[in-house]
Amino acid sequence: MPENKSKNQLLLLHKNDNILICCRNIRPQQQVQIDSEKVSLTQHIEIGHKVARVDIKKNQKIYKYGVAIGSALEHINRGEHVHLHNMKSDYIPSHTRAGLTSESNNSKGAANE
Amino acid sequence: MNDINIKAWQRSDGRKGIRNVVVVGYLVECAHHVARRIVDLSNDTDVHLIGFPGCYPNDYALKIMQGVCTHPNVGAALMISLGCEGFNREHLQKTIKNSGRPIETLVIQQEGGTTSTIEKGLSMVNKLKSQIAQTPRCDMKINELVIGTICGGSDGTSGITANPAVGHCFDKLIQHNACCIFEETGELIGCEQVMIERAATAELAHEIDLCLQKAANYYEKMGYGSFAPGNAEGGLTTQEEKSMGAYCKSGDSAINGLIKPGDIPPKGGLYLLDVVPDGEPMFGFPNISDNAEIVEMIACGCHLTLFTTGRGSVVGSAVSPVIKICANPDTFEKLADDMDINAGKILRGDATPKQVGDETFDLVIAVAQGERSKSEELGHQEFILTYKKFEPIGPACLSFAH
Repeated sequence: MPENKSKNQLLLLHKNDNILICCRNIRPQQQVQIDSEKVSLTQHIEIGHKVARVDIKKNQKIYKYGVAIGSALEHINRGEHVHLHNMKSDYIPSHTRAGLTSESNNSKGAANE
Repeated sequence: MNDINIKAWQRSDGRKGIRNVVVVGYLVECAHHVARRIVDLSNDTDVHLIGFPGCYPNDYALKIMQGVCTHPNVGAALMISLGCEGFNREHLQKTIKNSGRPIETLVIQQEGGTTSTIEKGLSMVNKLKSQIAQTPRCDMKINELVIGTICGGSDGTSGITANPAVGHCFDKLIQHNACCIFEETGELIGCEQVMIERAATAELAHEIDLCLQKAANYYEKMGYGSFAPGNAEGGLTTQEEKSMGAYCKSGDSAINGLIKPGDIPPKGGLYLLDVVPDGEPMFGFPNISDNAEIVEMIACGCHLTLFTTGRGSVVGSAVSPVIKICANPDTFEKLADDMDINAGKILRGDATPKQVGDETFDLVIAVAQGERSKSEELGHQEFILTYKKFEPIGPACLSFAH
């Protein structure tokens, strides 16, 4: 389980991951460091949430801890919030208070905006 | 690192303990008060209360009580029976005696009731204490330690701070040939492929697969859904992501075996403890609270338990110390007196999971060497044991490939 240590807002859990974990709330338009580049985020991201480390194609697996935790429902750009609105479980649909997440793209899951 | 030495207690069955405890065990709820009074009046941090509340006999409960009473941290045992309960006290007595430990039993119905049993129990505890004070001390190496891990009160931070840190600690312990045990089969949906790939043999991979299928089936029958809206609010998106968060406590080492509660791992390495009962659901949820799991790990020989929490927990355990690794920096501030390790600083960028893993490793050694963990200091000695049913494990469950 390699990792990077910095005062950065984003944490890499495993070298094979295509997402980073937010460890400090990030405001829209805030610049963050992703690998060796500065990227400007367009959304508000809260602690514990995921941000794309690289561009992720539709149907591609999302990797966290070096392990697949689901698939992309649509193309996800580097720096974008990765959550219920653009990824899904490969096992069982997740429940939210609004009911089941749909298999298709919707904006219902973008709850933090 | 290999020259780290732990001054342990040498038990006559060859095992080594990091504590020297007298257990006082009630064999039915009717004997609980008497046993508790004996422990309270003993006023000794190394006299611990354990017990089983049911009147009906249960093979699993007998096996766990035997495992706990002959645990290497235990020097001697006093059993408190009402007299008419179904628990097979003769069998338990014989097992403890055969392990070379002093064992006394008091039957309330024969001793003349509460007051005289407490009085007699107190003098017996004093006698047992002086007997086990003579236990020979010996040198113990890291490769003789058995360490368990569980999580309780998880949140969105658990799987990114405390759990990966414990994973690093486990990897390091296993490099030293220690024995490490993780459990959570009820919450490992989505991890089966990764887990199977880590199995030391193909036969074991198949057993792990069956074990997870059993868990999924059991929880489905219980009407239990593991992914809650709160998980999504904390940043978790899928069931397999949540499972991975718990699973990463196991680190990256090969899985050497699949055991059931009360089975003692034959040698060092990493073991998965299957806590889900066999057969059709019979007695309710697999484990009704965190301490039920800790007790099972102790019955498998764990000298101490690494407990990760995000929301917070305060429990310790009878017999084996509990070390608390707090995942969430805000919780750590609220419950600082109860937490041994602040893994929340990973979120602040002040440490990496590996560094917190090293810190946890060092604390494991210190606690094994006699330092008291926070929950021990605070007098937490929780113990819970309920009804369950298990079939014995088959030969395919243990691999000796390392």
